[in-house]
Amino acid sequence: MTTTLIAEKPVDVDAEGFLEHPEQWTEEIAVEIAREAGIAGLTPRHWQVVRFMRERFLATGTAPTIRALGKESGVPVKELYELFPKGPAKLAAKIGGIPKPHGCI
Amino acid sequence: MTKRLVVLGGGTGGTLLANRLRRHSSEDELQIDVVDRDDVHVYQPGLLFVPFGLADPAGIVRSRRAQLRSGIGFHETEVESVALADNRVLLADGASLPYDVLVVASGARLLPEETEGLLGAGWNESAFTFYDLDGATKLRDALARFDGGRLVVDIADMPIKCPVAPIEFAFLADWFLRRKGVRDRSEIVLATPLDGCFTKPVASKHLTHLLDEKGIELALEFSAGSVDGAARKLTSYDGREVAFDLLAIIPIHGGAAYVDRSEGLGDSLGFVPTDPTTLQSLAAPNVFALGDATDVPTSKAGSVTHFEGEILGENIERFLAGRELTARFDGHANCFVETGFKKALLIDFNYDHEPVPGRFPTAAGPLPLLRESHLNHLGKLAFQSIYWHMLLPGRDLPFVGAAMPTAGKRYPAAA
Repeated sequence: MTTTLIAEKPVDVDAEGFLEHPEQWTEEIAVEIAREAGIAGLTPRHWQVVRFMRERFLATGTAPTIRALGKESGVPVKELYELFPKGPAKLAAKIGGIPKPHGCI
Repeated sequence: MTKRLVVLGGGTGGTLLANRLRRHSSEDELQIDVVDRDDVHVYQPGLLFVPFGLADPAGIVRSRRAQLRSGIGFHETEVESVALADNRVLLADGASLPYDVLVVASGARLLPEETEGLLGAGWNESAFTFYDLDGATKLRDALARFDGGRLVVDIADMPIKCPVAPIEFAFLADWFLRRKGVRDRSEIVLATPLDGCFTKPVASKHLTHLLDEKGIELALEFSAGSVDGAARKLTSYDGREVAFDLLAIIPIHGGAAYVDRSEGLGDSLGFVPTDPTTLQSLAAPNVFALGDATDVPTSKAGSVTHFEGEILGENIERFLAGRELTARFDGHANCFVETGFKKALLIDFNYDHEPVPGRFPTAAGPLPLLRESHLNHLGKLAFQSIYWHMLLPGRDLPFVGAAMPTAGKRYPAAA
């Protein structure tokens, strides 16, 4: 775990840049992490997914899988990949300031 | 007064749990009914061997009913739904079963229809699954005809039953194609949505090394969006393509269909949200779940179901007696991983401890962990008999209990 500055705020992140403490998250941090991952601007569709992801994690302690996201967030899987290239579940978790999903066992 | 236990599913978990509880209580104390849509109990670990001609399809199937002790009712019908508020199971044949305690043990369902194009052209011609008996048998015939080319093993999405089976399939395919003399003109590719070949880092590293040694290619973070069986290619959601001559795909998994039809019972994938330690469902206090049907964070594997069954049996007895549910499942899983050439390795892990090297069951134990050995292979083969004769009847197995042993394991020093 290291402490780093994102959007001028000190936060604790793991080796891959996921926030260790969701409570340190701010919307400015989300924008900054997204920009570093190549997403120039977060659209309302992005926010819909990020918020869903974050709320689900805070309520249950686990992040939804990509398929659950596709069924429950209101954004279908295909579009999730357009919004968050490569790994939508992982990237949305990172932007939403929650730990990397262990997801699949 | 007689209490009523209804068990949905006569597979590994439902059978061993019903048998355990039947032995512990009289029929006056507890009436036990098991419901399943058919009377075909498949020894699922055997499915891996069918495509390679190493197991006879008929040899891994028995009657479900015949595995249940006398004094257990068996209803061969689909479940329509569970009415949680009424404590009643509605059956497709119009009957209904009231319960004091319900156990959901109906496993996972294959959903090939959820992958675009998979059931279209090429299904069971160039694209197969070995995750059911019919598919495994058809794949056996296709492999017998296979004369070299690109064999792709693809995990459509997690979670799946037995996350090591696709890796084992790739290992056995390497052995099979070598023996057939066509390995030099074949490629074997394992495509997975994970960022490693397996879900747990230390084991993933060992298994990746073995895949390398055998010349098996990995396509990581590959989430299959569609399959084109005519053009023989898989396309991921992010637009990457993997071409194949023969595809062995592990389809998307969900829970039993009746779970979706039962309000408040399952999650959006049809699995039952379950307390990972007590195995009580979150749906209602008198509803429990075990095996592949749950959402607990460990592998969907027979060994897990077996260990859960011991814990759950105890907790159901406690629940019926009005006592606290003190039996705790630790997430224990124990899996032989077949690596071809009559060898296998063994992994043993739980919620808190990932699989690591060492020996099993103790430091002086006969079985090496995370290392190939012939003895592990013999252990895997011997298990089929243990399954029918000890595990399903609900007897305790020697040396392998619900709690994971830590002696003999070499855990990395804490960071």
